[in-house]
Amino acid sequence: MPDMVPMSVAQPQERQFNPYSDNGGTILAVAGANFSVIAGDTRQSEGYSIQTRYAPKVFRLTDKAVLAVNGFAADGNMFVKKVKQRLEWYRHAHSKDMPLRAVARLIQSMLYARRFFPYYVYNILGGIEEDGSGAVYSFDPVGSYEREACRAAGAASSLVQPFLDNQIYFKNQTPAPGTSHPAHLALTDVLALVIDSFTSATERHIEVGDGLEMYVVLAKGSPLQGLELVQGVQEMSTTTDGERVFIVRRNLKRD
Amino acid sequence: MNTFADRFSTTGALAELRKAQKAADEEEFSDAMWGSEAGFGSLAKGVPTFSVPNIPDPTAFLRLHTDDHADPTCKIKISHGTTTLAFRFQGGVIVAVDSRATAGSYVASGTVKKVIEINPYLLGTMAGGAADCQYWETYLGMHCRLHELRNRERISVSAASKYLSNLVYSYKGMGLSMGTMICGWDKTGPAVFYVDSDGTRLKGDLFSVGSGSTFAYGVLDQGYRWDLTDEEAQELGRRSIYAAGHRDAFSGNTCNLYHVKEDGWKFIGNYDISKMHYDGPGNVLGATGGGYGYELRVEGLSSANPPVAAQA
Repeated sequence: MPDMVPMSVAQPQERQFNPYSDNGGTILAVAGANFSVIAGDTRQSEGYSIQTRYAPKVFRLTDKAVLAVNGFAADGNMFVKKVKQRLEWYRHAHSKDMPLRAVARLIQSMLYARRFFPYYVYNILGGIEEDGSGAVYSFDPVGSYEREACRAAGAASSLVQPFLDNQIYFKNQTPAPGTSHPAHLALTDVLALVIDSFTSATERHIEVGDGLEMYVVLAKGSPLQGLELVQGVQEMSTTTDGERVFIVRRNLKRD
Repeated sequence: MNTFADRFSTTGALAELRKAQKAADEEEFSDAMWGSEAGFGSLAKGVPTFSVPNIPDPTAFLRLHTDDHADPTCKIKISHGTTTLAFRFQGGVIVAVDSRATAGSYVASGTVKKVIEINPYLLGTMAGGAADCQYWETYLGMHCRLHELRNRERISVSAASKYLSNLVYSYKGMGLSMGTMICGWDKTGPAVFYVDSDGTRLKGDLFSVGSGSTFAYGVLDQGYRWDLTDEEAQELGRRSIYAAGHRDAFSGNTCNLYHVKEDGWKFIGNYDISKMHYDGPGNVLGATGGGYGYELRVEGLSSANPPVAAQA
């Protein structure tokens, strides 16, 4: 009976361990003089199908640190969960929030601990340093990091980053004679640039859209800098005498 | 055959990692994680532990999913492409690097710090995996400090580089990628050691590492002498990185220049490579004035830019 031949004899089979997927979306962060803006869209997709129109990619860690994660959503969510746990332990041990530069180093060592089984996640950390300045740290999946003034990551990073280079670093712009480029942009200008970045990325990238979440972290004692006039702004901070965290939500095109 | 042997062997890097993994699984959180030792502090007690996928051949897994030069389609990009150089001369050590990080053909960053300041007397350079270099050279810095506390004297460049070389050698075959120069000044004077993830460790006067190293060597070898003045040496470092940035697509953006002397290293400056091409490095010591680009020297002489008489 030839059709009784066992499968294992019939064909050699090859298997691969493939635990990763790409869930699209884009994240972005900009550091100002005494504030930091961390933003991400809320679409989550796999291939050409949209899994959900609201899956946050930006998370408040403490009143002075906000983390944006992009890449494989399952890895990202687990990673944020573990970072939050370590920050809570730190709070219990020291009765204060971990400084931003220490959070950055912690993220490096947590990512590098998985050097041989990486988290497929691009991280951008934004917030306020101990000296009151706005800061952005960007990471690769295995933990190399750098402090920068602005950074875009994810599906549309190659669309957004050149725009930021032009509008924030003033790359390829020459100031009018007798004038110079400002060292830092105003908060309202940065918010406008971030919204424009995402509406444009939504137009030209199929994995970006649905919703936009922008977190704003303000330095201790800083005025609201026009944030009070932004429609729909919500405060997320636990106290009003330290650094303050706000969230601004906007709709993006859903097609 | 090798993978088959690896799967069942009880010695070697793979088995060590598997043991570490088992230990980590049994006690996932060490006490050190609770307090301020949450970061590198927890590593002070020994070699850190790493998660490894529970499959027969973890290295093949890593090769499959992380960016290999041959396969740009895979998901996890590890930045590549670099020019770094360091040389020893009468006045100390010059360290010069570019600042570009590429993922495939995308310039992921133009502002990378490829010189890692291990401590005030030791510098390490970054080529290959950015995270591998950053992490292990920071880790090396910790152990150099422990050496100081235990022995009441600074670690020699030779010992520091050997510490790193032995460390990466214990991970050989696991997919680490680093080509680094450990530079500094110790009792023996200025010293440069080349260390890479294959386990090579070389003492020498002059090294260049990375995709642009051949271009840098061209300029470096031509201009190198032991009795270079400080200014000449700094200019040679800048000029060599410029050459690599100009001819190697994977290198560029800016040049970071360091000078190590008896009292430790000093950051000399950051120079835009395009600016060096057209205008030169600016008003700095050792610069001869004018841009490095040859357009200046062939003005009115080349076929693209013919002499005025020929135009008539």
